[in-house]
Amino acid sequence: MPESYEVSDHTFDVVVVGAGGAGLRATLGMSAAGFSTACITKVYPTRSHTVAAQGGIGAALGNMKEDDWRWHMYDTVKGSDWLGDQDAIEYMCRNAVPAVLELEHFGLPFSRREDGKIYQRPFGGHTRNYGEDLVPRSCAAADRTGHAMLHTLYQQCLKHQAQFFNEYFAIDLIMGEDGACRGVVAWCLEDGTIHRFRAQTVVLATGGAGRTYFSSTLAHICTGDGTAMVARAGLPLQDMEFVQFHPTGIYGAGCLITEACRGEGGYLTNAEGERFMERYAPSTKDLASRDVISRAMTIEIREGRGVGPLKDHMLLHVEHLGAEALHEKLPGIVETAHIFAGVDATREPIPVLPTCHYNMGGIPTNYHGEVLRPTAEDPDAVCPGLMAVGEAACASVHGANRLGTNSLTDLVVFGRAAALRAAEITTAGAPQPPLAADAAEAALARLDRLRHADGELRTSVIRLNMQRTMQENAAVFREADVLAEGWTRLQEVDASLDDIKLADRSLIWNSDLMEALELENLMLNAKAVMFSAGIREESRGAHAREDFPKRDDTNWMKHTLATLKKDGGWDIGFRPVHTEPLSEDVKSVPPQERVY
Amino acid sequence: MVALMPLAKFFLPANSKIGEGKRYSAPAGATNVKTFNIYRWDPDTDENPRIDAFEVDLDSCGPMVLDALIKIKDEVDSTLTFRRSCREGVCGSCSMNVDGTNTLSCIKAIEEVKGDVDIYPLPHMSVVKDLVVDLSTAFAQYAAIEPWLQADTPAPPDSERLQSPEERKQLDGLWECVLCFCCSASCPSYWWNGERGYLGPATLLQAQRWVADSRDEATGHRLDELEDEMRLFRCHTIMNCTVTCPKNLNPGKAIGEIKQLMIKRG
Repeated sequence: MPESYEVSDHTFDVVVVGAGGAGLRATLGMSAAGFSTACITKVYPTRSHTVAAQGGIGAALGNMKEDDWRWHMYDTVKGSDWLGDQDAIEYMCRNAVPAVLELEHFGLPFSRREDGKIYQRPFGGHTRNYGEDLVPRSCAAADRTGHAMLHTLYQQCLKHQAQFFNEYFAIDLIMGEDGACRGVVAWCLEDGTIHRFRAQTVVLATGGAGRTYFSSTLAHICTGDGTAMVARAGLPLQDMEFVQFHPTGIYGAGCLITEACRGEGGYLTNAEGERFMERYAPSTKDLASRDVISRAMTIEIREGRGVGPLKDHMLLHVEHLGAEALHEKLPGIVETAHIFAGVDATREPIPVLPTCHYNMGGIPTNYHGEVLRPTAEDPDAVCPGLMAVGEAACASVHGANRLGTNSLTDLVVFGRAAALRAAEITTAGAPQPPLAADAAEAALARLDRLRHADGELRTSVIRLNMQRTMQENAAVFREADVLAEGWTRLQEVDASLDDIKLADRSLIWNSDLMEALELENLMLNAKAVMFSAGIREESRGAHAREDFPKRDDTNWMKHTLATLKKDGGWDIGFRPVHTEPLSEDVKSVPPQERVY
Repeated sequence: MVALMPLAKFFLPANSKIGEGKRYSAPAGATNVKTFNIYRWDPDTDENPRIDAFEVDLDSCGPMVLDALIKIKDEVDSTLTFRRSCREGVCGSCSMNVDGTNTLSCIKAIEEVKGDVDIYPLPHMSVVKDLVVDLSTAFAQYAAIEPWLQADTPAPPDSERLQSPEERKQLDGLWECVLCFCCSASCPSYWWNGERGYLGPATLLQAQRWVADSRDEATGHRLDELEDEMRLFRCHTIMNCTVTCPKNLNPGKAIGEIKQLMIKRG
């Protein structure tokens, strides 16, 4: 190493990486359980992308119409196209109800019914009595539910005096020789120092990797840092081929327009003014599952019925709902449509396009949040010392396609579950083995190499090449030759990282360096997606193969596991789907044809 | 006619005087050029802050000020340092001073600015680097008002606390705050007193958010905590906060409501 770095050591019982909904709920639970807990976050907690969630959190409260967590479970299994693990789905859906009540008790400002109970609205794929008709299940704080949740959880963490390391960028995991996770190496942006955090338990809550795509509803910070750290540690990533395209990103800007618009009665039209979803999903129409609608929109555009001079988008109508209702229930949408589409949503439709929105895949875990390192004998073997929650994880509750509102549910239910599990299997204050003297070496070497990189290509150029490749070769519809071409292109883009050029050589708030580290993380995520997508020869949920248009339960009702090899190549493995629920309170949902 | 009194003269400390920086010309052939004058300061050098001028071709740039900053960082000078995250006005990261007003750069349209676009960090906050300021005091002040629900009455075990739509409506205009601190950094009283105990409009808006919540039972305690000469009453109703808020909230009104409660209880 050309230069020595000042390294500070810390020891905690628990280190949580990330301060979105899942990270904060885990931090809160760990602190409340008596663990000394550090939350490391590359942005101030209230900047995390959970803040952008709009429509609501799914839980079968039954405030508007009769509801049952078993129906929620059925809908989630069906939404997942039977790739979700039914034990984890049962755990999430039955714990969703107390989780939402807990948030209310924490002070979350939910919208209310006349009788004072939490207001719920319909959302795509959420039905009563196993698919009969739509049920309002999305517990909402206007159309800013994620903001309300993130701030509420941050407030609770402040109440419990959790320790935050704000604007610390986690570089890599520290793994012990026995394969257990021992801690994290992080870089403090404010003063440029390097820190080793030793912990009995590391919880990765780093969110998704939406910025692998050119057009994304996600924040700039969603760079899949945790998934990449896990890949570099030689652990597998699960079901990475499943990337959700949200039907209604604003045309051009990509900003999210919530599904709640359709939940409240909005609808989509094509250039002929036709409500085309009636043809694709006769019963639930504009509230079919997101993958179904995104495919329908893509087909409409391909067949020449797109809107605008380029015939390349669709229109979302909410104007008929009336200005008063819009200002009460969808105020954020009115604001966003005005700012980013120049449209007065109370009078005219909003131009929209399917936009990259969510990674169903991620770090494989069980329903306790423990990270899995499957072996030939035990597909559910655990990696000691490591947990993952939220979008970074793959429990798997979303399988091949996530239902709207289930992401916020996932965050709080599994953030809490991780803390409960840690309390079961570890003891506060238990002694920890010393870290190896060179435990930060590899991470620092990577940081140092990038910091002094003096090639020909800017980070932004390489990033754009990656994003274009993903957008063109791994989008809504896929097929073998397009994916193979995408893989070749990605290999080339990845190789070009050797020629990266940075201009900022400092350590204090070097965002040039941070973006380069994030780009390396994004690249691993992109490659895992492209690689896994090429492997799975069927169509399921968000993974639509034109060359394999049918779901193939005989051969493919299993999770893919993509593992990064030391030489930079990838290995594929598989894990069976858990088709049995956790308890006898509910029956397994057998695979059926998925019709909306 | 009242003769104008000579005002006291203030001088910036020598190391704060802003110098002229570099000028980066637009690419050849660009026809729709706008100049962005951006405050730069590098903590690793002994140099004073400077203003760099970047000519940007708006024909290949997104509509918002943040789009221009990202374009400059991506294509011209990758050392330019600023915070950003959601790019849609909900996370509060990219607060800065644009064209003389504190705002979120991601929802500030370039076309709203006549002439050059002058971009500075939030005023009167310690600069860490370029447009990044130290927010640790602001967040500590936020934490100091105990911004969480406090109630002695236990919540019902198996259901939510009830709150009527009218009661819930009292929170509108308060809970939507994104903690960007544009308002606090626009407040002359906060400039003077922010580090001497005045909590500033952003934090006081949040104080009112809990006072106004029908579920919260700690109003008396909350008012007690604000009742001294600094924390609340250094607000002199200047109202810069309300003028500048990029989310169109009204911290000035929220503070007024706290003051009224304070007076009511005597």
